[in-house]
Amino acid sequence: MPVQCSNCVQRRAVLKRPKTGHSLCKDCFFWAFEEEIHQTIVSAGLFNRGETVAIGASGGKDSTVLAHVMKVLNERYDYGLSLLLLSVDEGITGYRDDSLETVKRNQQQYELPLKIVSYEELYGWTMDAIVKQVGLKNNCTFCGVFRRQALDRGAMMLKVDKICTGHNADDVAETVLMNVLRGDIARLCRCTSISTASDGEGAIPRCKPLKYAYEKEIVLYAYFKKLDYFSTECIYSPNAYRGHARAFLKDLESIRPSSIIDVIHSSETLSIKEGVKMPVQGTCSRCGYISSQALCKSCVLLEGLNRGLPKLGIGKHHRLHGKILAQEPLTEQEEKKLKPVNCNCRL
Amino acid sequence: MKCKEGTAVLIIRVNDAFCRSCFKEYFIHKFRAMLGKNRVIFPQEKVLLAVSGGTASCSMLSQVQEGLSREAPKKLRFVPGIIYIDDGGACGRSAEERQRSNALLKSIFTETGFTYFIVSLEQVFSLPTSVLVPGTSDPDPSNPSYKQAVDQYIKEKQTLTEENVASAVAQLNIEDSAYSPEHKLALERLFSSMKTLTAKEDMLQTLRQHLILHIARENGYSKVMMGDSCSRLAVKLLSNIALGRGAALASDTGFSDPRYGDVVIVRPMRDYSSKEIAFYSRMFNVPSVFISGLDTKTHDKASIQRLTESFVTNLQFDFPSTVSTIYRTSEKLHTVMPPQSQTAEPASKCLLCLCTLDTKVDKASAFHATLVSEQLSQIKLQDPSLDAPAQSAEQCCTEGQGCGPGGCCSSNRLPSHQDLKTLLCYSCRLTIKDMVATNTLPPYIITEAEKRQKRSQMKMEISEYLLEDDEEDGGTAAL
Repeated sequence: MPVQCSNCVQRRAVLKRPKTGHSLCKDCFFWAFEEEIHQTIVSAGLFNRGETVAIGASGGKDSTVLAHVMKVLNERYDYGLSLLLLSVDEGITGYRDDSLETVKRNQQQYELPLKIVSYEELYGWTMDAIVKQVGLKNNCTFCGVFRRQALDRGAMMLKVDKICTGHNADDVAETVLMNVLRGDIARLCRCTSISTASDGEGAIPRCKPLKYAYEKEIVLYAYFKKLDYFSTECIYSPNAYRGHARAFLKDLESIRPSSIIDVIHSSETLSIKEGVKMPVQGTCSRCGYISSQALCKSCVLLEGLNRGLPKLGIGKHHRLHGKILAQEPLTEQEEKKLKPVNCNCRL
Repeated sequence: MKCKEGTAVLIIRVNDAFCRSCFKEYFIHKFRAMLGKNRVIFPQEKVLLAVSGGTASCSMLSQVQEGLSREAPKKLRFVPGIIYIDDGGACGRSAEERQRSNALLKSIFTETGFTYFIVSLEQVFSLPTSVLVPGTSDPDPSNPSYKQAVDQYIKEKQTLTEENVASAVAQLNIEDSAYSPEHKLALERLFSSMKTLTAKEDMLQTLRQHLILHIARENGYSKVMMGDSCSRLAVKLLSNIALGRGAALASDTGFSDPRYGDVVIVRPMRDYSSKEIAFYSRMFNVPSVFISGLDTKTHDKASIQRLTESFVTNLQFDFPSTVSTIYRTSEKLHTVMPPQSQTAEPASKCLLCLCTLDTKVDKASAFHATLVSEQLSQIKLQDPSLDAPAQSAEQCCTEGQGCGPGGCCSSNRLPSHQDLKTLLCYSCRLTIKDMVATNTLPPYIITEAEKRQKRSQMKMEISEYLLEDDEEDGGTAAL
């Protein structure tokens, strides 16, 4: 016997919501999904009228759905925002160039202006070249740090007021678990805020409107709406530490579907003891970007790459930062510590 | 590695090699340092040791024994008692198995010479509701600080004779393992009404805590020592995050747990990894009894707790610093205690786990998002409390709140899920959601729930006439 939609009761249900377990028909699901995002935006006060918002678009399902929903909600509820797409080219052959094609198609479909910034033009390095130097283990650090700065620089070039990214509930929960496993208290209390702090010049606030949307629901939405997206994993991702947290989270979800939101709830309600040392936000002395150390992470990483010492940013070598800033040559012993490990496991 | 002369017999933490005597010294020292650093155990205090029969709690028992014995250079100074809770009824063990393990444990306990209590979980059905109310912990004016208390004790010790100490220890040992068959049935029904193993484990944990608390209060014990090891606590931290207990993380995994008010729970074994404990109990023949629990021999994904355990153990294999990193993280957390006021209603604490409620619906929070999703996925109900079981109760009681305690409808009235939910914290709500029939809960929980419901209804009625605390103070100050 076909199940009726639990919301409108008239139409036949075509899917079961992973989040709550209710069976819904297509239109009710679309409406519920979009409405939840609208509630998130309104209750967190993410946007103000007349702002220009850049949507971080990678061509994957999250950013495609985000672009679509933002456009729909902007018209439906008259947010008064002007939207545009911002994309980052990391230079990973076989992955990023294909997904960029998808973004270009999105630009035409949604009629939003598009800007692409690439690692090559900003830093002089592509991810492929970086992986050749660093090896397969710590490259996600480079990619993440560079991408964040690339997004910010692109946004500054376009003179936008806010950036929004397609991070979904699964991403946030994975980040929480990863930070607990890594013991990173500072990030643990920062990673659950829905938008980054917007104090000071040069820092464009970033927000996550999809923070409470499950990944499975995003896929369901994209599937039923027949949205066009690119769905392959980054070729370097299997070796990342995040994979462990992700596997754990997927298992948790299979035992109890609400655990994803439970993890986010836990991280929002936990509190840190006073007296725990937290990093203070300042600016990088070389590029002026925000940083909690004398040199921002991407300057450190770049320096390491340019000098052929890729482990400079990985691990704790704070004392050496001062030397680098002063352009002093490093001693033989220090250089040895920072050279890449000879990795024979080329793909 | 330490004394550099004995031959090393074991390796801890990747590259620390110990010989036998150095290891023993290291182990004992850690225990005392833990107690000494966190100065919460006062001299002559009565401390209850919660023993589950496993290696960690039995090692704790042997450490306490060692510390109290005459030969120790600095004796530990408190009065211990032992408690063991027999939860075979919930885990599905047969009566003979339970008798056997009880007898084994009894022999271990009598050897130590301390007072012991062997209690079966079925006793939970005859607990009073005072268990759910946190006691006050007004500090005794005669021992204000730890240092002064210790000095005082040392002065008094000159007058204490050996006989006094011995007689204090040889008290009545309670072995209350008898249980009535209806309680046994009630326990079985309670656990079979839980649909998932996760909820069962959570409920078992809660009931155990309540029972220990009750025994401690009844017999004048102000501290309870639990034998959770570092590895066990790391797993607990992660699984609590997955269950939604972020607000209570510090109490659940920290050294001392003050949420019950008058009885404080301490965890002196939290610095020991399970490897160290296993080595110690093997090498020095610590007697322990293996008792199977709810999740013995279940597969990896049977419950959240079991999954977390296998996840952390596997990760530890590849990244040996995982457990200690998680442990460090737990040390940096603390629980937000709301300001204690005289008129603080006990209703602001969760009914089951007695933590502060974390369900204040903040505008932009995960909890708010969950509520919104629930609303949007369902057809709008007129009034969510008008489902069948509560309806009859409402009709019965609409006239007045004056239904007597054993009165007209207490037998028919089932606390519906909706009623209970408002009294629980986020994760206890999830546990109750997994329950099919809430009337299988032990009577003390149900009566306390009803009492709180009535009080909050009363408060709502007279809310416009109640003066808030600060208004009162402001008023009197102005006079």
